[in-house]
Parts: sequence; structure tokens; C-alpha cells
Amino acid sequence: MYNFDVEQPSTLADAVQALSRDEAQPLSGGQTLIPTLKARLAAPSVLVSLGGIADMQGVSVDGEGRLCIGGGTTHATVAAEAAAHYPALAGLAARIGDPAVRNRGTIGGSVANNDPSACYPAGVLGSGAVIVTNAREIAADDYFQGMFDTALEEGEIVTEVKFPIPSAAHYEKMLQPASRFPLVAAFVAKTAAGVRVAITGASNNGVFRWREAEAALSANFSADAVAGLSVDGSDMISDLHGTGAYRANLVGVMTKRAVAAMG
Amino acid sequence: MAQVSMTVNGKTASGEVEGRTLLVQFLREDQELTGTHVGCDTSQCGACVVHVNGKAVKSCTIFAVEADGATVDTIEGQANADGSLNVIQQAFQDHHGLQCGFCTPGMVMSAAALLKENPKPTEADVRHYLDGNICRCTGYHNIVKAIMAASGQDVGMIAAE
Repeated sequence: MYNFDVEQPSTLADAVQALSRDEAQPLSGGQTLIPTLKARLAAPSVLVSLGGIADMQGVSVDGEGRLCIGGGTTHATVAAEAAAHYPALAGLAARIGDPAVRNRGTIGGSVANNDPSACYPAGVLGSGAVIVTNAREIAADDYFQGMFDTALEEGEIVTEVKFPIPSAAHYEKMLQPASRFPLVAAFVAKTAAGVRVAITGASNNGVFRWREAEAALSANFSADAVAGLSVDGSDMISDLHGTGAYRANLVGVMTKRAVAAMG
Repeated sequence: MAQVSMTVNGKTASGEVEGRTLLVQFLREDQELTGTHVGCDTSQCGACVVHVNGKAVKSCTIFAVEADGATVDTIEGQANADGSLNVIQQAFQDHHGLQCGFCTPGMVMSAAALLKENPKPTEADVRHYLDGNICRCTGYHNIVKAIMAASGQDVGMIAAE
């Protein structure tokens, strides 16, 4: 690693101030960023740790019945504390990485990074959640903009994610057992505005909504409704773990399994 | 450089570190606690698992400054007060839960974290919890058996897979 300073502000205001400097970068749980720094793929002069900001920690329910998760909340905490409110999301958090990774990695870090194979982007987009930052609120539909690309401005911090709780939801993941990322995963939710289907691990443009499946499932919520649908694999991730065509097939299989699991 | 101070295995451990100093470097190089191993250095293998404020973490994927003020437990602090092996360590010996031994410190620390959360895990629980601990001797079967035995469960019927 190149060397850098680490600052550990205890308030959001101090963190925003620290991030306004040149080549400053936020550090949340570090489970992706630290390996990235080791590989010298990033060279910040200052890392601003968000772990000491008490206001960004914890799981609660707001006046509108939404599940509100602080950006600095670890996957392990979400797995434990969201289970009673939103079991599909708690189950997603409980299967990210491994136990030690879940004790450090955070929802804010995952959503800010927007890895094309990460779990949380599917849960956030599939739920139609709202991403809250130090500056504004962003609907999930406007937030995810491509592989490792989001609506966040330089120095903007994900302070909270607010999830409207669907009447039913399920996250189905085909595990890539070495990395423990999904090879492809589908998050299916029955929301007030219809069925939402978010797919991660497949597209070169990162997480996306499978609109065709949403329409079919909104009309007839059954695994059979998506059986005849297919997605184009030509712009899907192709690597040593699977071709684009294989991933395209998994999109359908994971969605069908998710729907079947919701009964 | 930054000054850090933490409680490691019940004793105060202080030192000067760079921003980029990993917790595992601080433990091994500054504190000379070389029981915590670095296997992959890419957060995959779990040989470096220690407990920070009671939670299992990969000490190669947390900076020393992030553990400033924390309580850290490593393999060196696991033995009983009289120096004898604790129940998990003894079970690893009794059930041949190690071959080369390189992954063992991380395995024991993960096992301790598991049994604190879940004192009577099923065999599947143990295997799932060890997702992030890799044994390149592939000696998983006896590791799982040792952890089941350490939880006080009968392991006579656990078959090799």
C-alpha cells in the first residue's frame, strides 16, 4: 500500500469537512477498500473513517413504517436486527461474504461502491429504497448508474438507507464459492406499486431491474409467469466463472426460485 | 504517524503506527505476537482472524488506528490461566484438527466466536461459520469435529465426507 493518513471524525459534519480535501476518500468497513489499497488500485492521501460516527449506526423503523439502516451499520448487525422487520433483507445481509467480513463491512460502503456483483444493490433496488446522504435523498431507481457508478457526488456520504417494507420478498443467490459474491442473484419484492425484480452479478452495467419479469409477475405472480422469458446475454459479464449466456440463463433461474420461495 | 493504544489479551499495547499499518502488522511486528498468521493478505483465508471488541475480524483487513482503544483478543490469549490449552484448543489436539497448523490460529478464533454466539451449533452451522477460514491441507473434517466436540456434543457419529 502507498501510505496515507487516517482521520476518524466523530460527527458527520467533520467527516464532510475532511472529505472536501484533495485526494481524500471515505473508509467504511474497508472490506473492499483495504484489498483495493493493497493492490495499489487507489492512492488517496487521506482516508476518512466513518466508523466513529454514532449517528450513522443502527437499525430503526420510521413513522412511515420504513426500515432505516444507518450507513455505517455492519452486515452482521443488519442480519440480527432487521430480521424481525424485513426477513428477506436480513437474510441477504446474513449471507454476504463470511462472518468476519460481516462484522466489518457496512451497507453504506456496499451501496457507495456499487460492485456489479454485490448483494446490497439488489436488495436496495429491488425494495425501491431511498438512499440518504449528507446532502439529499436519492431514489434507488436514480441512484445506481452503472458498474461502480452511482449518483453520489465527490465527497458525498451515504448516511442511511430507508426501505419500504414489501408485503413479501426473497433474495435468491447463486454463490460463487471462492469469492462468496453472487455469480448471479435476484431480489424479488411485492411492493405497493407492483412487483420489483432486481438482478445483480449479471450485467456489465451493474444492478438492474428486469422489467419484463416485473410486468409478467405483476399480472400473474408465479414461477411459470417468468418461465418463457429470457434476457440477452451479449452484454453480460463473461469471465472464468461463467459466460454471459450462462449468467443470462441464471437470471431466469434465480428469479423463478425466488418467486417459488415466496409461495 | 499516529499513536495507538489498545488492550491486547488483557494487557495495554501501545505504539506508533502509519495510517496504512494493518492490525495484523501491529500485532506481529510491534507487539511480537506472531501467533496470528497472514495467509493470503487478501481477506480470503482467515488465518489472521482475531477478536476486536468481541467480534471475529480479519486483522489483515482493518487498520491498526481503527482498533485504537479497542479490546483485541488473539490466539496467544486463549489458553487457560494456568497455561493449559482451553477447551477448543484441546479439542483440536484430541481430534487432530490440524495438520500443518498454519490456519489453526484463525480456526480457533473463529470457533471461539461461533461458540460464543451459538453454544450448541449443528455440524452445518459450523461448516457455514467457517466459510471464511481456509485450510490448505483440506483438513476440514477434523476441524469441524473438534469444534463440535468443544461444544460438548457427541462427535462419534460424524462421518468423513
